[in-house]
Amino acid sequence: MIEVDRLRKWYRVHRRAPGLGAALRSLFHRAYEDVKAVEDVSFSISAGERVGFLGPNGAGKTTTLKVLSGLLYPTEGRVSVAGFLPQERARGFLAQITLVMGQKQQLLWDLPPSETFLLNRAIYDIPRKQYDATMAELTELLELGPLLGKPARQLSLGERMKCELAVALLHRPKVLFLDEPTIGLDVSMQATVRGFVRAYNERFGATVLLTSHYMEDVAALCPRVMVIDKGRLIYDGGLSDLVRRVRPDKRMLLRLSRPVERRDLEALGSVIEHRDAEAIVQVSQDALQPAVARALSSLPLTDLTVEDPPLEEVMRDLFAQGRAA
Amino acid sequence: MTRLLRLYPQLLRTGFAEAVAYRAEFLIWMFSTNMPLVMLAIWAAAARSGPVSGYSQEGFAAYYLATLLVRLMTGAWVVWEMTMEIRQGTLALRLLRPIHPLLQWSADNLAAIPMRGVVAIPVAAILLYVARSELSHDWFSWLLLFPALLGAWLLYFLVQAIIGTFALRFESAASLFDAWLGFSNILSGYLVPLDLFPRAVRSVAVVLPFRFQLSFPVELMLGRWSRGEALELLVAQWAYVLLFLGLARVAWRSGLRHYAAYGG
Repeated sequence: MIEVDRLRKWYRVHRRAPGLGAALRSLFHRAYEDVKAVEDVSFSISAGERVGFLGPNGAGKTTTLKVLSGLLYPTEGRVSVAGFLPQERARGFLAQITLVMGQKQQLLWDLPPSETFLLNRAIYDIPRKQYDATMAELTELLELGPLLGKPARQLSLGERMKCELAVALLHRPKVLFLDEPTIGLDVSMQATVRGFVRAYNERFGATVLLTSHYMEDVAALCPRVMVIDKGRLIYDGGLSDLVRRVRPDKRMLLRLSRPVERRDLEALGSVIEHRDAEAIVQVSQDALQPAVARALSSLPLTDLTVEDPPLEEVMRDLFAQGRAA
Repeated sequence: MTRLLRLYPQLLRTGFAEAVAYRAEFLIWMFSTNMPLVMLAIWAAAARSGPVSGYSQEGFAAYYLATLLVRLMTGAWVVWEMTMEIRQGTLALRLLRPIHPLLQWSADNLAAIPMRGVVAIPVAAILLYVARSELSHDWFSWLLLFPALLGAWLLYFLVQAIIGTFALRFESAASLFDAWLGFSNILSGYLVPLDLFPRAVRSVAVVLPFRFQLSFPVELMLGRWSRGEALELLVAQWAYVLLFLGLARVAWRSGLRHYAAYGG
């Protein structure tokens, strides 16, 4: 469904030093610099896959999404989405994709969302029957009923994002590009959005490429992740493999019936947290089995859970490794 | 084409709903189009002692009221919309829809015409009352006025669209449009009737596109042309419309290649 081969996207930006002198000099001599936003990136995504696209700010995630959705011309390389060259922006292509940007809205600001729905119905030429069915479904899934008649500017951020998602999916696109769709939303609204995206993917077999700073989004939605840093793809594979590769250690979450000494915990591995009757101990993969056995035999346990390190830490370590290299 | 015929009425409905939502701002903006009245006061004073280049006081009243009417009915603001959307990054969402953004903007601009009627109709009534004798008595001129007004609007809209595409490369085009507007205000007959220009300037002004944005429909209302001349001018106006349409398409395509879609 999505093929990217040696994609490069460079921006030419004007650079000047601060101050009046530099401003005057720039009148006569403008210095430019090429910013390599995406550098030699290749990947392929099959129909129906849900893929997380991760990277620090400025890594090239959004630029890649914009190239894939036809907003930007690639500087070099070949990109194909649903059999189309995105930059040609053919009507058939645009009718099959959607791009949701958490920080941008397509709802008409001063009009109720129902007006934007009607507008998109006309623009995407959606037959009345399909429109009614989709609207009924979206209204139920996202609880849009009370929101449709209020001007968009009077909706809360969460309400607006629900309407944005519904507007973006009204034409039943086959490819969803989601750029920070949960940004600024509270935990329960994030969960609603995640549940909705997953349901849409399963129901219509749509391909999803998601960027998010909330690792819960990625962990809950994406079996596969691609990691980009400084414009280069540094990982493409399963989420669990990534965690194992970057942080091969595990965490034991211990709940105790009474407080214990710190040294008792240190005998198991490195202590990350120790509070009264709770503790988190980090152990290497190889030492996990003996550490669990020892904890069971030597500590007054009421509960023991083994987890991977938090994804945020995995990503931080991954980017730190990349920079060190 | 059939898709467009199905789609355009909805675009107009949405555009009208937006114009109504911004009605107060819109009316204030329209009332700021008062330059023809200022010019009328100046030239009417000048013509008190006798006609100036054939324009009596009533002649100037007819000219500037007709100018105000044409300006009100052919307003467009797409260059500011383009610049704002490009700078804020919201153009990206417009580009994702399977419809040319210029079509959508054209509907937004056209849909505001009924709102402009709120100001334009009283101006037309005053024009009829004050300077009826100065207006054309030939129904043919009035018949041509509709395509001429549409042509004038299209020229104004397309010029803005062409200049607006510079924002795709440089993030702003408003100052470039201000420069165009400076020339346009003089050479379109907005400030001074073209008849009052020195012969050399006039001979240049009549072949440039500016006059077709304003002076030509005004002259039709004032019955300045025979039927044959009026038809020839209408053809020339629409030739400019087609030329600018082609330029707008080329400028848009070329601008998009440079569009950096900054922000978010």
